[in-house]
Amino acid sequence: MLHIRPVVPEIIVFAMACVILLADLFWKRRFKGLMYGLTQATLIAASVTAYGLRDPRARVVLHGMVVQDRLSTILQIAIFALTAIVLAYSRTYIVERGVFRSEFFVLALTGVVGMCVMVSAAHFLSLYLGLELLSLSLYALIALQRDSIPATEAAMKYFVLGALSSGLLLYGLSMLYGATGSLEITRVATALAALPRHDLVATLGLVFVLSGLAFKLGVVPFHMWVPDVYEGAPTAVTLYVGAAPKIAAFALFLRLLVEGLHGLSGAWQEMLVLLAFLSMAVGNIVAIAQTNLKRMLAYSAIAHMGFVLLGLLSARVSGYADALFYALVYAFMTLGAFGIIILLSRKGFEAERLEDLRGLYQRSPWYAWMMLLFMFSMAGVPPTIGFYAKFAVIEAAVSAGFYGLAVAAVLFSVIGAFYYLRIVKLMFFDAPVDAGPLRQGRDLRWLLSLNGIAMLLTTPWAGTLIAICRSAVRGLP
Amino acid sequence: MVSLSQYLILAAALFAIGVVGVFLNRKNLVVLLMAIELILLAVNLNFVAFSHFLWGMSGQVFVFFILTVAAAESAIGLAILIVLFRNRRTINVDDFDTLKG
Repeated sequence: MLHIRPVVPEIIVFAMACVILLADLFWKRRFKGLMYGLTQATLIAASVTAYGLRDPRARVVLHGMVVQDRLSTILQIAIFALTAIVLAYSRTYIVERGVFRSEFFVLALTGVVGMCVMVSAAHFLSLYLGLELLSLSLYALIALQRDSIPATEAAMKYFVLGALSSGLLLYGLSMLYGATGSLEITRVATALAALPRHDLVATLGLVFVLSGLAFKLGVVPFHMWVPDVYEGAPTAVTLYVGAAPKIAAFALFLRLLVEGLHGLSGAWQEMLVLLAFLSMAVGNIVAIAQTNLKRMLAYSAIAHMGFVLLGLLSARVSGYADALFYALVYAFMTLGAFGIIILLSRKGFEAERLEDLRGLYQRSPWYAWMMLLFMFSMAGVPPTIGFYAKFAVIEAAVSAGFYGLAVAAVLFSVIGAFYYLRIVKLMFFDAPVDAGPLRQGRDLRWLLSLNGIAMLLTTPWAGTLIAICRSAVRGLP
Repeated sequence: MVSLSQYLILAAALFAIGVVGVFLNRKNLVVLLMAIELILLAVNLNFVAFSHFLWGMSGQVFVFFILTVAAAESAIGLAILIVLFRNRRTINVDDFDTLKG
């Protein structure tokens, strides 16, 4: 007997993606905003369903393919919410650039299905299929502006490196299959426990799996695609790439490394230490040299993913909770920062150079303050929520005994503060270069303000939020 | 009789040729796509070999999914390639330098 109840949200989203694709054939001319409205309604319905179907016990369904637990429910709701906000931010932007077509929404929705499958994967097969569904949607989304040279070039680079990383991941999975004889993640974990401590085949598999995962998360030395994709893609797509897929990639780390390969935790801890250190170093230092705002935020993304790994590499449940909290907070921060870029852009003009932020305070004090909140939160200045997230992951590293790495993390976040504060200086103390008024939709302005205020006002509840993350990862070994 | 380790060595060689092909090829994007296919085929060979010699059917079923996804992947890759060729009139890897990467 198949229990499909836990996968109802995915089914809703996928069915609606097909409906939107068909509806576009017949009603494209008559109702212009219909596809956008349907997409948002789908995301809201799916998150309500996911919340309604929540279950504190972990349940593995569909012949061991999919698991439903607190972690998958929380991450799915986060993915739906993030995608809904992304679409609301980018509505005017994509209308002005002529890509307000149903393809954009359909690809966004199929990507969401892929991410949902990734966060609830209990089997190598569902994990791989979810990952590929997301990746294929992203390649097509980036290339959606067909006449733009940077966008198509970014899509090609992402495609080649993404396909290579899938290959690495698969090669690792095949090695793990050879070592353990199973494709189910829980069975792999039990089989690994019976193996000798340094089984060569399993360790080789771990190395390949980890490099594939690091590619998807975009951490050094597998970060080459991140700046190019962030810069080349239309800002609306950059927003999509930068928020929810990071959370899904982080969930893969939890599912594969923590749930499946916990027996090899000593080995992956050492590798993650290296990845985290290099990401924080390269991300924060190279970001200083950037003049393109999107490229700078890309390097900042690399650095932030290093911080996420900091919580993960403690290999303790409290550390996983801190890393999860950091990843969620980061997704909302990056949403806000790219939202400001979208707010400042208009038809035929992309506000993607640092100069374009100059004198924002004179043009619009309110949004300059909002950007200040996002930058402070990214830099980790108290009392913003970003400070608590950084504090939590560094504390996790200290409590696991990685003192040197924790000191390095603090030093690199001080270096990182330089380029975030440079933006604040440009906004508040320089004369504006471009004095045009900000004309973007009311929904973008309201949501962006809400997003900015949330950076500050969620701080008193940081403890509660961390407790929720802790309850989500409680079932992990 | 071919042994398991011989299959694995062949798969590792194919995988290595694929990875080297992705990184060393600076001339033609189509060759790059072929290198990616080679990587996936090496993985398939691994799965089938393990499945045949050790652990039953599930690995062979996985291979069918990988084949299907690889087909979809090359479809999208070729589509992007065509769009890119329309914009730039070249498929030489070295010429794609609009983004400094």
